[in-house]
Order: sequence, then C-alpha cells, then structure tokens
Amino acid sequence: MSLTSSTKFAQPLPLNTTSSRSKEHKLLFEPFRTNTFLGSTHKLRCFNSLSKSNQTNLHRRSAIVAVSDVVKEKKSKSSTNLLITKEEGLELYEDMVLGRAFEDMCAQMYYRGKMFGFVHLYNGQEAVSTGFIKLLKQEDSVASTYRDHVHSLSKGVSARAVMSELFGKATGCCRGQGGSMHMFSKEHNVLGGFAFIGEGIPVATGAAFSSKYRREVLKEADCDHVTVAFFGDGTCNNGQFFECLNMAALWKLPIVFVVENNLWAIGMSHVRATSDPEIWKKGPAFGMPGVHVDGMDVLKVREVAKEAIGRARRGEGPTLVECETYRFRGHSLADPDELRDPAEKAHYAARDPITALKRYMIDNNLVTEQELKTIEKKIDEVVEDAVEFADESPHPHRSQLLENVFADPKGFGIGPDGRYRCEDPKFTQGTTKHSVQRRSKPSRQ
Amino acid sequence: MLGIIRQKVGAGGASLLRTRSAVSALRSYSSAGKEMTVRDALNSALDEEMSADPKVFLMGEEVGEYQGAYKISKGLLEKYGPERVLDTPITEAGFTGIGVGAAYHGLRPVVEFMTFNFSMQAIDHIINSAAKSNYMSAGQISVPIVFRGPNGAAAGVGAQHSHCYASWYASCPGLKVLTPYSSEDARGLLKAAIRDPDPVVFLENELLYGESFPVSAEVLDSSFCLPIGKAKIEREGKDVTITAFSKMVGYALKAAEILAKEGISAEVINLRTIRPLDRSTINASVRKTNRLITVEEGFPQHGVGAEICTSVVEESFGYLDAPVERIAGADVPMPYAANLERLAVPQVEDIVRAAKRACYRSKLFQIQGI
Repeated sequence: MSLTSSTKFAQPLPLNTTSSRSKEHKLLFEPFRTNTFLGSTHKLRCFNSLSKSNQTNLHRRSAIVAVSDVVKEKKSKSSTNLLITKEEGLELYEDMVLGRAFEDMCAQMYYRGKMFGFVHLYNGQEAVSTGFIKLLKQEDSVASTYRDHVHSLSKGVSARAVMSELFGKATGCCRGQGGSMHMFSKEHNVLGGFAFIGEGIPVATGAAFSSKYRREVLKEADCDHVTVAFFGDGTCNNGQFFECLNMAALWKLPIVFVVENNLWAIGMSHVRATSDPEIWKKGPAFGMPGVHVDGMDVLKVREVAKEAIGRARRGEGPTLVECETYRFRGHSLADPDELRDPAEKAHYAARDPITALKRYMIDNNLVTEQELKTIEKKIDEVVEDAVEFADESPHPHRSQLLENVFADPKGFGIGPDGRYRCEDPKFTQGTTKHSVQRRSKPSRQ
Repeated sequence: MLGIIRQKVGAGGASLLRTRSAVSALRSYSSAGKEMTVRDALNSALDEEMSADPKVFLMGEEVGEYQGAYKISKGLLEKYGPERVLDTPITEAGFTGIGVGAAYHGLRPVVEFMTFNFSMQAIDHIINSAAKSNYMSAGQISVPIVFRGPNGAAAGVGAQHSHCYASWYASCPGLKVLTPYSSEDARGLLKAAIRDPDPVVFLENELLYGESFPVSAEVLDSSFCLPIGKAKIEREGKDVTITAFSKMVGYALKAAEILAKEGISAEVINLRTIRPLDRSTINASVRKTNRLITVEEGFPQHGVGAEICTSVVEESFGYLDAPVERIAGADVPMPYAANLERLAVPQVEDIVRAAKRACYRSKLFQIQGI
C-alpha cells in the first residue's frame, strides 16, 4: 500500500466511524497515536478517538436503544434484584468453563498431533455462546461457523462426541466425516459449522423459515422454534448477510442474527474492513431491532438474548445483535497472530468473561469460591474423559468412506413405504415412444 | 477434431433443409394419442406434488404473481397461496441457502432459478450446503431439495445466459442431476426429484418448454414417476450408439432418421440422469453396436461426453470398432451473432457426419484387414 492511498483511505473515517468499542478501549490505544505503520489499525483507531463526541450523538439518534444500557438501567433501578438465580449462575458458569477448558485441551491435542487441519478456538467469546444458547430449547436451532466447538457444547452435544469428531474417530458426532469446522447434531439441532464466510446465515434463515412454514402452512400450532445464527464481524461485509437480513425481516422469521464481533477477521481489523463499524445499526436499516451488547459480560448478553429470542418466539420477527467480544487466541491454531497489539490483547484479557461472572456471583453472595472450584474440577474431569474416550475410540472403518453421500444411496427415490421406488412393481420407466420432437411453439416470453 | 466439425458445418446449408423435411415427414405418422407441452408437464408435476405433500413449496424469482418467468408455475400461486409459492427478492445466494436450510428441517423446497446461469450466484449453497451436508453430518441431515430452471443455450442471449451446467453439477458427489427431454421425462423426473430425499439439480431447457410430445395415459397418472439414474433407449438400433440429453435427444433422433435412410441403424439413448450416470445401459448398447457418439451442448473439456467415453473405455474397450466421437459445444463462450451461435452448438448434421465417420471408418478398417 502506498503512502498516498493510505492517506486517502483514512480520510473518510472521522465522518462515518463511530466505534462501538468502550471508552477505556480508545484510551488504551492513545499511546499508538504516533504509530504510522501503513495499513495498521492503530492509526485508524486514533481517528476514532478524535470523533468521540460524534459517537455519542449517533447512539442517541438511533431509535434502537443499545440494550446493554437497558441492563444498566434495570440494575440501578432494582439494585436488590439480581439478574440471575444461583442455579442459573452455576449453569452459565459451568457452560463457560466447559467451553474454555475444552478449547484449551484442543490446543494441546492439536500440538500433539491428535487433531489436524484448521482448528479455530473460541477462547474469550464464551459469554456469547453461553448467553444465547443456554436460553434455547432442544428444538431450537443453532447455525455456527468454523469456530463451532463451543456452540455445539452449549447446545448439548457431549464433549466426548465433539472431541472424538476432532480426533477423526468413528464415535464423533459426525463419525469423523465432518471435522472441526463441520459439527452437526440432528438431535440437538446443531445445523452445522459452515466453513465459508456468510454461508451459514441463509441456511439458518431457512431453518427459521421452516418454523414459520410449519406453524402457518402445516398448522403445527405449537411450532415456535427459534433459530440463532452466529457469525463474525468479517461476515457482516458479505452479501449473504444483507440478503438474509432483508428476507428475515420481510417475512418476519423467528431468527436471531448474532454477530460475534471479535474485532478481527483473521488479520483484517474490523475498522479497516467496514465503512461503518457499528454493525448493530444495520438492523434498523432492514426494519428489525439492532442491539449492541458487551459480549464479554454473559449477563448482559443473556438479557439481550432473552428479549431477542422472546421476540422471535412470539412471531414478531428477527433481531440483529452485535456482541462486542474478543478472541484470546489467534484466528486458528495455525495463525501466528502477529498483527494484534499486545496492549489490545491485554485489555480484553483483563475483561475475561469467566472471571467477570465469577466476580459477580461472589460479590453478590450467590455462590462460594468452593462451589465454583467444584465445577471447575468436574469440567476438568469431563474434558479429560473426552480425550480418553476419543483416543480409545476406533478410526472409521474404510467401508465408511463411501457411506452417506446420499440419503438414498441407490439414487432411485424412496417411496412412502420406505422401499425403493424402482423396486415397486407399479413403478415405470415410461413407455411412450418418441420419434422426433414436434410442433414448436415459441417458448420465450 | 471439434474444429474440423465446425468448419464443415459452416458450409452445410443443404443439410438443414434435409432436417426440415425429415421433421415434416414425421408429423404424418405420429400417434393420435394425447399430447402435452414440456411446460404443462412441469406445471402439472409441480401442481400434483404440491397437492400431495404440504411440505413441498416453490420459491424463486417471479414464481408467484408473475406466474413464472417462463410460466412454469402458472396458476400455482392462486391454488396454493403465497406461503407456498414464494416470490423472493433477486438474491440467489440468500434464497438458495434459505431453501437448503428449510430442507434441513424436513421441508421439501423446489428452488427455481430463472435460468441456471444465475445459479452461479448460489453455487456455494448447492455444492457446500446441499450436496455435502448428508456426508458431513454422517447421514444425520439429509437435504431433500430440488433446484430447477432452464439450462443450456437459449437463443440470441449471449455468453452469460447460454451455458450448460450438466457436467459442472454432475461432477459433485451428493447431487443428483436430471436432464429431461420430453414431456414424459419432465413429468416423471420432476415428480421423482421432488420425492427424492437428496438434493437434485433439475436442468430444463428453455427451447423445449413450448414443444409438444405425445404422452400415454400412464404418464398422465398422478402416481407416475421415473427412476432417477436410469437412461431410456428412445430408439433402438444396431450400428451405432448415440447418447444425448435434454434438447440434444431431439437432435439425435433427427439424426437417426436421416441415418436410417442411408442404411445406418442408430440407437439413441436419452440419458435422463447425468448423475448417477446409467453406465450399464450405455455399455450394454455399445457392446451391441460397437460404436459410440456422445452429444452435449456443454463445453467439451471434462464434459459429460468425456465421462461416458471413459466409462466405455474402462468397461467395453474390446467391443469398440471405431474411435468414440464426441460432439459438444464449441470451446468458446457463446457468441451473440446468430450464425456464430449456430456454429457454437451441436447441430443435427454434426451427429449425422460423426455417425457416418464412425461407421465408414470401421468398414474401411475391415476392408484393409481382409
């Protein structure tokens, strides 16, 4: 990138950039104001900090209130009322610790050669998965990305099944045919990890469409299933995101679009890739609520999630939620992670969502340190057990190679009686004798 | 080889006249039975399957209020309502993915592409979301969906709107690729595709929509259905096998008529399904005739003809009495000018010439051998 193009590039930013990141975040990057590394995000963020006043105005102007503010209000109004019960707190804590411990173990196993290919870890983003998925019913669906282990765990797929899948073993949730980026579970309605940017969004929207279809066309009155689509900030510049926001709002589909804005699309900084970095604002543009929430705080995420999932379940249409979060590790285990500032990493590391929940619960006398330790110990055992199970499980038999290409392996169609149509004596190949095609009519409109 | 064919076609105005006379001759002896256009066949198949199964719905651009860009969905909106005949915005990637997601959950979407050229905008969902899910999920998530629309060269619409995708989709495991020719094919295969538990790419042809074909009472029965993966021998013969699909079946049949007058008995195989390919029917025919000509509108390289040729070389090499002749579209994007466009797609006389070459050549060898 040349010096001139860099200057041009930076020019429009003060006008339309209103970083949604928190204030301390901007202060944190003050020291980099003098850094002139071309194409670096440091320089761009300095512009953000210059436009601070602009930013607050924009927040006010929008009809949609950032719900994290609502949570704050709720908190201040009723200081005695806690956001969660003890049981809920313990459930959230356990799920987040499981996500973290599982991913840490994945890193170990990857470096030991037990798993291969691309492995994308979720460390740091646990509040989002836990905050949303723990509010879902089994019938509700989740569509994920290549960073899908923890979404699957939160949705109820066992650590054993996920670990085995990562080991490429026959006992994996997809018998070793899916792998790290493609977790599926029909039982738990995990619609898959989608390895392409934006690919999961239409599929999730289709799942939401089917809930509506079942209720309205097939007259299954009790079908109020909700779909939650998770994706990252990088995806929000992809056309499929906009196409589906449009159709979901147009058809009032029961879906929640959850952006896990971890600031980085591999090595591309969000502010360097997006004309207006406040993704949540794209919701109102399509006629749906857009919500911005602190994705490092599971309780805030949960409040937002409750509202969005409730809206979807009541048939009031979709919501776009931007969760401001951060991944503690590189994009994948193959990523040297050289572009992100140590200061930025340290800033978010200090906001670890698991530590935050722990502090909240202890400060409010919901739980004791000992109770949390018990959970941590239990999860360690679960993860150890998952590794042992995966290690001892058999590799897929070679005959499995050609299985599951088709639901109907013969390719002839299955009849209502469950048998192949071609085996039905009444089935026909068609007997009309054709000679030459006849009598053309103009067919083009 | 193709280049030579093209050059010869360029000078072949006379053969076109011959083709025309063949067509008019045939009109006189067609059966007095019922006839149906391909358009009506597709429309009735959709109608019957939607009526039989409430999980079947149609989505795409202009399928509803406009009654279909090519009127295939005519009357369906009125009958089934906007919830089941869904007009989508012009967003192929989005609505194709939505169709796939709905199929994940047990619905049976029929996604119409206004033309298959536009499926390029959505090919990620056809390949990555639809075709691979059953395998990646180890059979947990099947995707019963039909992608349908006109495919291949239309007339005068230029390179981006004239492209045969048969070999593209047929090279992908997890997809079934159907290419109907007649009204019988259109009805039987579309009904089979909708009932099938796997993703089906259903390649129609715009120029065939208005063609009328005779249909038997059996074909008109609402239970009528054709097997996926089975070719149909449209015309039996003993001297040379011609494989074709979609519009090219008509051309192959015309060529066979012409060849018959010159004493060459051609067997015409309507492939009907490109994947899974009916290798046994093709090989059985080649073992009988000992000569093979493949015809397709698509590009020659890695095409359907190439795959058929490989299958025959692998399974019936010893039976071949002449080199396999492959007739395909010219290896160029479709030109606009009418004369160039005609040169860019196979013509009846190309097939006739190739068949003669295959037969005469082998006769020559025999004479030399003796």
